[in-house]
Amino acid sequence: MQRSNAWQPSATLAVLRERAALLARIRTFFAHREVLEVDTPVLAHYGVTDVHLTNLRTHISGEPTPYFLQTSPEYAMKRLLAAGSGSIYQLGKVFRDDETSSRHNPEFTLLEWYRVGFTAAQLMDEISQLLQETVAAPPAQKVGYQELMIQQLGVDPLADDAVPRLQQALSERPELTDLVSKEQDRDTLLDIAMAMVIEPALDPAMPTFVTDYPASQAALAQLNAEDPRTAHRFELFYGGLELANGYQELTDAAEQQQRFQQDRLRRQHLQRDDAVADPRLLAALEQGLPDCAGVALGFDRLLMIHLGSPRISTVLPFAIDRA
Amino acid sequence: MANYSTNEFKAGLKIMQDGEPCAIVENEMVKPGKGQAFNRVRIRKLISGKVVEKTFKSGDSVEGADVIDVDLAYLYNDGEFWHFMNNETFEQIAADEKAVGDAVKWLVEQDVCTLTLWNGNPISVAPPNFVELEITETDPGLKGDTAGTGGKPATLTTGAVVRVPLFVQIGEVIKVDTRSGEYVSRVQK
Repeated sequence: MQRSNAWQPSATLAVLRERAALLARIRTFFAHREVLEVDTPVLAHYGVTDVHLTNLRTHISGEPTPYFLQTSPEYAMKRLLAAGSGSIYQLGKVFRDDETSSRHNPEFTLLEWYRVGFTAAQLMDEISQLLQETVAAPPAQKVGYQELMIQQLGVDPLADDAVPRLQQALSERPELTDLVSKEQDRDTLLDIAMAMVIEPALDPAMPTFVTDYPASQAALAQLNAEDPRTAHRFELFYGGLELANGYQELTDAAEQQQRFQQDRLRRQHLQRDDAVADPRLLAALEQGLPDCAGVALGFDRLLMIHLGSPRISTVLPFAIDRA
Repeated sequence: MANYSTNEFKAGLKIMQDGEPCAIVENEMVKPGKGQAFNRVRIRKLISGKVVEKTFKSGDSVEGADVIDVDLAYLYNDGEFWHFMNNETFEQIAADEKAVGDAVKWLVEQDVCTLTLWNGNPISVAPPNFVELEITETDPGLKGDTAGTGGKPATLTTGAVVRVPLFVQIGEVIKVDTRSGEYVSRVQK
């Protein structure tokens, strides 16, 4: 029998020392700011309703219902916030099904934090500080989602005729022609534009916040009271990677319930499995989530950018094929 | 033919696109964190040889192409078709000019070639990496030149033209790398 080398780490030991050092720098950053470290369960009773996220599920002996490996610690952390924790952060493992590529591992490390009393803009400033202090990044720049799409594609994503205009602009690219010719869904077209055209055109040397996502992609962000076509959601791109996603957090329980319901309808429409809305998060929101902003940042990707590694497997002790 | 879902995509998988059998060269998942995932795929069209990029929504499925590679020995050309035989089953297959393409200048009787079959019909022929062919025409070289500098063109029995060192003469058999079309060595008869 041929001996396999799959026992060996997928990262070098030098990279693993860098990994440990970066984890330590992040903890120091939050310690100086008196943000409390928490570690919420990875295994929980409920998963997410997000249309494009899939929980891995498992069973505990004797329990009638499945358990879900968490795709992010968001719900549990919000329950802590509702319980009066104050600002908190977490560095922990999360799991996402159907996500394996050179930049995705089904199990990865997420840095997630919530700042009570912060606006999305204040949180973006803090993220930029974190990048400067932990990986010596230049100060981040900001650009609005709408402005960026008009700049890069000549299409206003919020206009009524966005669907035909997006179809037209995107179908000029031969690798997208077939895909967009039969695509009528606005959000899918926006995702194609973002992932295939706009993101690759961003300057990899500059951390860039794309702000004010369309309301239809608000996820768990508050809508902008001044322009309800947009939400207080932002994403951070750096080093050619999507690095973080953040919100001015939605605190209204009724609206949260409505969004869960919208997710489930959209899942049905796209013929995906139904997902149960987490009643414990809704109960916590009813109790009262303080005004806060929160963000989830891919730790492994931050390390990739810091070290200039093109593949996530080279910054993980054991990538999924060796796990 | 079975359909393949995008999560079965990997290099080498044969799928139908634009009415033509294609082989996946490279497959990359692209996913906005909160958004729809896509597969960005580079495919080689097996008839035209063109390499193109396509994008699929992850979870979509595409029709598979019934494409297989078989190793067959070249027999002869009847003026219209090139005939090949499976050395184990003795089954014969005829390939047309389009399928044979550039391989025609490297076909040596009894050499084992790789034929790509789509629905049982040959669509391309790949010669062995090395073939041995006799020189039918070349300028008489200077005696004593063994350095191989410069070289000269030589025509082989199949019509292929290869650059050879000056000391190689008409009637000699040479070994050629079919991937680069370059002379490798003389062969002792």
